[in-house]
Amino acid sequence: MEDIVQTVVAKYNYWIYITLMMMGLYAMIAKNNLIKKIVGMNIFQTAIILFYVSIGVKKGATIPIIKALHGHHEAINPAEYMNPLPHVLMLTAIVVGVATLGVALAFAIRVYNRYNTLEEDEILSQIRTKTEEI
Amino acid sequence: MKAIGFVIVLLTGGFLIYAAADFPGWGDPNSPASLHVSPYYLENTVEQTHVPNAVTSVVADYRGYDTMFETTVIFTAGVVCFFLLRTLLRKEPEDRLYRHVLTGVTIRVKEGKLPPSEEFERIDTTWTPHDLIIKTICRLLVPFVQIFALYVICFGHYSPGGGFQGGVILGASIIVYAISTDLRSELQRIREKTDALLSAFGVFLYAGTGALCLLLGFNFLDYHALAPILFVNRVMARSHGIFIVEVGVGIAVMGTMIWIYSVLASRGHYDEGL
Repeated sequence: MEDIVQTVVAKYNYWIYITLMMMGLYAMIAKNNLIKKIVGMNIFQTAIILFYVSIGVKKGATIPIIKALHGHHEAINPAEYMNPLPHVLMLTAIVVGVATLGVALAFAIRVYNRYNTLEEDEILSQIRTKTEEI
Repeated sequence: MKAIGFVIVLLTGGFLIYAAADFPGWGDPNSPASLHVSPYYLENTVEQTHVPNAVTSVVADYRGYDTMFETTVIFTAGVVCFFLLRTLLRKEPEDRLYRHVLTGVTIRVKEGKLPPSEEFERIDTTWTPHDLIIKTICRLLVPFVQIFALYVICFGHYSPGGGFQGGVILGASIIVYAISTDLRSELQRIREKTDALLSAFGVFLYAGTGALCLLLGFNFLDYHALAPILFVNRVMARSHGIFIVEVGVGIAVMGTMIWIYSVLASRGHYDEGL
């Protein structure tokens, strides 16, 4: 029993990211409003970012900025610094995420201009009546 | 649809939880992600690039290609927003509304327009909120935010920061100005054309630095090559090369953030916006 509790506690970062990811995925699939879908996509993205950053953590380590710069030629111990790689990947991903959010919102505005609604079922019924007329 | 969605989400969650059992624990220094290239970056960043911040050296030097195309993605997103929404041919309304800034009196001008002045500002609807306090506070805040942004860009080598973060802060300062006043007064400071050119110029600066290295006989984005141009040794040349590239990223991100905001906020009409 204690083993299970220990593994659950030791990996709490994964539970958080899985919960966030499920929330985002559910919003993307099941929500009717396009803006809510976009918000779901962003929650999903946050989950991925959290996952990446959390695997870069090392216990007792500091941020990946090397302390001894001049003169000291001691060997640098990588265990003292966090893994910079996930930070690098997520640094760009965050900004790209904002840019893609802009594109998604632009699409939503286009849809609204054409159908005067952002509800998915109303848009679909409008498209259906149009195809039936043809 | 909701039930199917719920089942899919539960299945995905179940698989992820099942997979998480094999993942390394929180804060494990021997997790696979921290074993292969990342110790190399940490051990050699000072020696090879003279940049103590490993994140900066990895972002702009070791993984320069990745960052270059991320910048291109951001620029492309700006262009996509522009082409999706911008309406270039738009009929101007026949009568224009102007507000006297000090008294708040709105006047309607039929035919023609008032010359641009400090006293009158153009508005689109008869009731447009006019918040003197917010306007003044934001105007006072903007220069400090911008100086902080420049600090973040320039000190990316030695402290947390760099082109992406600084560029976003710089863009945010302009967006704050646009929200607190209106889009027209923002466009008087940065025109749409300037903005688009800035974001293209940032990407150009990045790719151009890489191409310059190519012309000097080294690999693409191998900043060693810049040593004879910058009159420094090869290690410092890499440091300076990273800085040039970070400035390019900052400019591109700033331009694109403002561009996307102004297109989205005015639905492509470039009127008074939000």
